[in-house]
Amino acid sequence: MNDKAELSNASASASMKLIPSGDKKWIILGLIIFVGLFTFPIWYNMLKCSAPIQPVVLSAKAKAAGYCVLPKSEMVSAHMQILDEWRDIVVREGERTYTSPSGKIFTMSLSNTCLDCHNNQAEFCDRCHQYASVKTYCMDCHVNPSKSLKENMQ
Amino acid sequence: MKNFLISLVAIAALWLIPYFAANVAVLKLLIAVIIPYAAVVIFLVGFIYKVIDWSKSAVPFRIPTTAGQQKSLPWIKANNIDNPFTKMGVIIRMLLEVLAFRSLFRNTTMSVSETEHGKRLAYKTEIFLWIGAMAFHYCFLVVVLRHLRFFLDPVPACVQLVEFFDGLMRVEFFSSVFSIGLPGIMMSGLILLAAAIFLLGRRLFNAKVKYISLMADYFPLQLIIAIAISGIFMRHFFKVDLTAVKQLSMGLATFSPVIPTNVGSIFYIHIFLVSMLVMYIPFSKLMHMAGVFLSPTRNLTADTRMNRHINPWNHDVKTHNYDEYEDEFREVMKNAGLRVEKE
Repeated sequence: MNDKAELSNASASASMKLIPSGDKKWIILGLIIFVGLFTFPIWYNMLKCSAPIQPVVLSAKAKAAGYCVLPKSEMVSAHMQILDEWRDIVVREGERTYTSPSGKIFTMSLSNTCLDCHNNQAEFCDRCHQYASVKTYCMDCHVNPSKSLKENMQ
Repeated sequence: MKNFLISLVAIAALWLIPYFAANVAVLKLLIAVIIPYAAVVIFLVGFIYKVIDWSKSAVPFRIPTTAGQQKSLPWIKANNIDNPFTKMGVIIRMLLEVLAFRSLFRNTTMSVSETEHGKRLAYKTEIFLWIGAMAFHYCFLVVVLRHLRFFLDPVPACVQLVEFFDGLMRVEFFSSVFSIGLPGIMMSGLILLAAAIFLLGRRLFNAKVKYISLMADYFPLQLIIAIAISGIFMRHFFKVDLTAVKQLSMGLATFSPVIPTNVGSIFYIHIFLVSMLVMYIPFSKLMHMAGVFLSPTRNLTADTRMNRHINPWNHDVKTHNYDEYEDEFREVMKNAGLRVEKE
């Protein structure tokens, strides 16, 4: 005679439900969900067929100049800081001249200096920013001289 | 204090190893590719092994540490969430526990205080531990979600939304020494660091907590503080080429790793410390991320008075209850003049 039959015979417990212990199936389910969430990047990228990033294109003018405000490695990692500092110096102090560590003199202006050389926003600015999910707001206020008035208004 | 210092030395070593190793090409491969992969494998295998092992242990009896009146007579008001008798009640209690740390919220502190009647023992709510823990865990979650932008391409809008709200509080500070402004300050990073320092400080300066603090308590906190510091440093002070970093992380996520050439050592420090944390999780108290779901005092219905729970490893006992006894001896009992239940 097994446990259950015997217990249901017992009058004292006849009206009580039997609850088997063991929640293994819930634990396994939880583990599967966890592993699925943890490996989310792997299968997301597989489904989206992520392609490697397109390399940044330097415009002809920038290539010809051969130099920027700071060395390339510093510009790559810290250009946003320079832009931010320039903005504050220009707006708050009215100072427009910047002397780089190498002694070259630049006019602090996004539209007239930066975008003059780097006149290919889509292949130069946007490519990396999109890839790294960086939302820039430069063009909320500034004008891109290489674009038409209509494009700038958008 | 000894535990604290030994663990601090370990953290310093973990910080210095990648700092020096980042100059050697072979070790770059080790730190940026091999160790992260090893960390993830150890994490997943260790995590699953641990949980499966836990699932094998028997739950002998409902042992809910209840914090409310059990359902009994109809005129006694029952607390159906803190002392649930239904599955739904248990689910609500578990959700409150996992998402809002309810049992920590109810945490009290005991102190002897001077009153007009002399010294009295008093229990007070200890809310600061709860606040610190909530800030710590939720900021950690936001930080992890934000980092998905390095592992997903294209980055989904919900990750960008998290980043947008995290960066709402713009702080801009300029000086000749250092300037902060772009990239924007992320609240979660700073709050995570502050909360972790608070939780560590509690273990250092509260004598009662210090007494029970072990290396296994200090080390994960210090490691997380080190990770937060290295991350904040990388974002605001020693900036690195983010595109190169994402090329590496995407390479890891798509099993085609590339080693970046021009990324500063702070990045190697950050990824190495994170690998160490991930690797350490299955062997540490950080497994509470899985364990909280398996707390028998939280995830079982408190229905011991309604349902009979059979211990699964009970020996098969031959019973002979009164009904059976009476069936067997009814005639004899009647003859002896004893009362019987069934005639």
